[in-house]
Amino acid sequence: MVDTQQLDASSGAELREKYAIVGVGETTYSRGSNMTTRAMATWAIRNAMADAGLAPGQVDGMMSYSSGDSTVSQLTAADLGIRLNFYMDVFGGGSSSEALVGMAMGVIEAGMCETVVIFRSMNGYSQTRVGGTGARAVAPIAAEQLHQRSYGWQSPGQMFAPCFMRHMHDYGTRPEQVAMVKVAHSHHAANNPKALYGKRVSLDDVLSSRMICKPLHLLDCCVETDNATALIVTRADRARDCRQIPVLIRGVVGRVSKPRLDMYYQTGPISTVAGHYAAPRLWRNAGVGPDEIDLTGSYDAFTFTTMLQLEDYGFCKKGEGGDYVSDGTIFLGGRRPNNTSGGHLCEGYTHGVSMVVENVRQLRHEADDSCPIGADGRRQHTYDYAEGGCRQVKDAEVSANLGWATPGTGSALVMRRGA
Amino acid sequence: MTLDVDYLGMNLQIDALDHENRAYFAHCAEHAFHLQCCDGCGLLRYPPGTGCGWCGSGDYTWTPVEGRGAVHSYTEVVHAIQPAFKAFVPYLVLLVDLDTQNGQPTPDEAIRVLGNLTNAGGDPAPPEVVARVGIGSRVRMVFKDVAEGLALPQWTIDETAEQPARPWRYPED
Repeated sequence: MVDTQQLDASSGAELREKYAIVGVGETTYSRGSNMTTRAMATWAIRNAMADAGLAPGQVDGMMSYSSGDSTVSQLTAADLGIRLNFYMDVFGGGSSSEALVGMAMGVIEAGMCETVVIFRSMNGYSQTRVGGTGARAVAPIAAEQLHQRSYGWQSPGQMFAPCFMRHMHDYGTRPEQVAMVKVAHSHHAANNPKALYGKRVSLDDVLSSRMICKPLHLLDCCVETDNATALIVTRADRARDCRQIPVLIRGVVGRVSKPRLDMYYQTGPISTVAGHYAAPRLWRNAGVGPDEIDLTGSYDAFTFTTMLQLEDYGFCKKGEGGDYVSDGTIFLGGRRPNNTSGGHLCEGYTHGVSMVVENVRQLRHEADDSCPIGADGRRQHTYDYAEGGCRQVKDAEVSANLGWATPGTGSALVMRRGA
Repeated sequence: MTLDVDYLGMNLQIDALDHENRAYFAHCAEHAFHLQCCDGCGLLRYPPGTGCGWCGSGDYTWTPVEGRGAVHSYTEVVHAIQPAFKAFVPYLVLLVDLDTQNGQPTPDEAIRVLGNLTNAGGDPAPPEVVARVGIGSRVRMVFKDVAEGLALPQWTIDETAEQPARPWRYPED
């Protein structure tokens, strides 16, 4: 248990639960969207606004992130009839979701706007392949990349692999332990009608899938996907006027980095990731510790990224991540389920926003599984986690999202169910 | 003028304004390994940059460094992403701790230089050689000539060094 009194600090505490996520939305997950990133973004934002019960005139801030592979706020706002008081489209990947939530709080706090929609829209399969094949694989190699890509070291899997291998070397972590992340997430995806890959897989399925680059089998890697996702952030007092139970933001950290974030492996130990540096600030801002978290959304670009972050944010001792992810804890019905949607490994790869979307729904007790919807319009959860069944975590009150860019940079977000 | 060359079908470029990489690769072209040594704190750094990652100073002196070290970690690529490498699978990308400045400025640090496992001529090592190398293996730097003014540092097994009895390899191997 973290001593929250000791961790408390005015900067984080003043804003604790002052802001909320009031709307979430997404497009379908596909491998072939047959539409532009602009069209997908407006679709996802429209869904998030409908979810929140907000009209175009009630949203006046917009933020997005991309890797030069997406649309921008100027176009998206125009398609939605939104007049903006603030917008910002930033460059970046998986560590952006939580960071932008924190930035949205900041710009509202500064009086720059009232309600911010955050989106990520990507044709990660049909246009810019996230795995690095296609146009990115043949792009000219210059400057700092001469020291990396020239050696056939280009995809995220290739780049992160030395970190993963070194963890196995340093702590004796076994392939069959880490592979359980995929097994768990596939069980969750089987209870998520939206999931791109909704079939449960076994440990043997993961370990016998073909090797991509050691230590990553095919099924240790996430699924390139076409998709857009959106979140709406506003002040908690305004959130009461929205349609849904507000999900309050306890604390956030954004793009916390290891000392050398340009090449994570230049500062050791390379089996330690940015979460090690982010954790004290996150728990201080949130005023809770890992023991108080009911469910996690630890970024699963790869099975290993989930494990490394859970470890470095303090959900288990350093080096014991292999046990933590393989002893049942992270499964639905376990002590602290991770990525109940199936995550990037199964539901689809969306650069992180989808994991926040999922935890917002979990904290509303409205996970969109196959349980029946009652007369009151609310889902009647059975908490029977059998294949095709419920995926709502019982009595979920507090969640943590752990976002990942590289071993060198991460972001995180703690949320609590509001009233 | 931008240096614009072909290596294994990849387009490598060094911009005319990129003075640090120009100088680094010019030394490599002479089969010499030089790094920037900070005039402020005296630490070497890699890769080339405009300031010192340890102390922030912008002043430095190019300094010859011995191209020897041990494998800190690695990946063995079975499924190549870049078309250029499809002919060479499985290939190793080695992350090598240089002997020079190893353990400085903290015990967890070393200058870590990426490269492929190659033969002494700088060409990708064959599968039977790939299978011999793991964490702890001793390697030495060789240079692969790419074009006038550009050679790439690569790593080959240091046959003169004492090798670990069993270098650490991926557990399923």
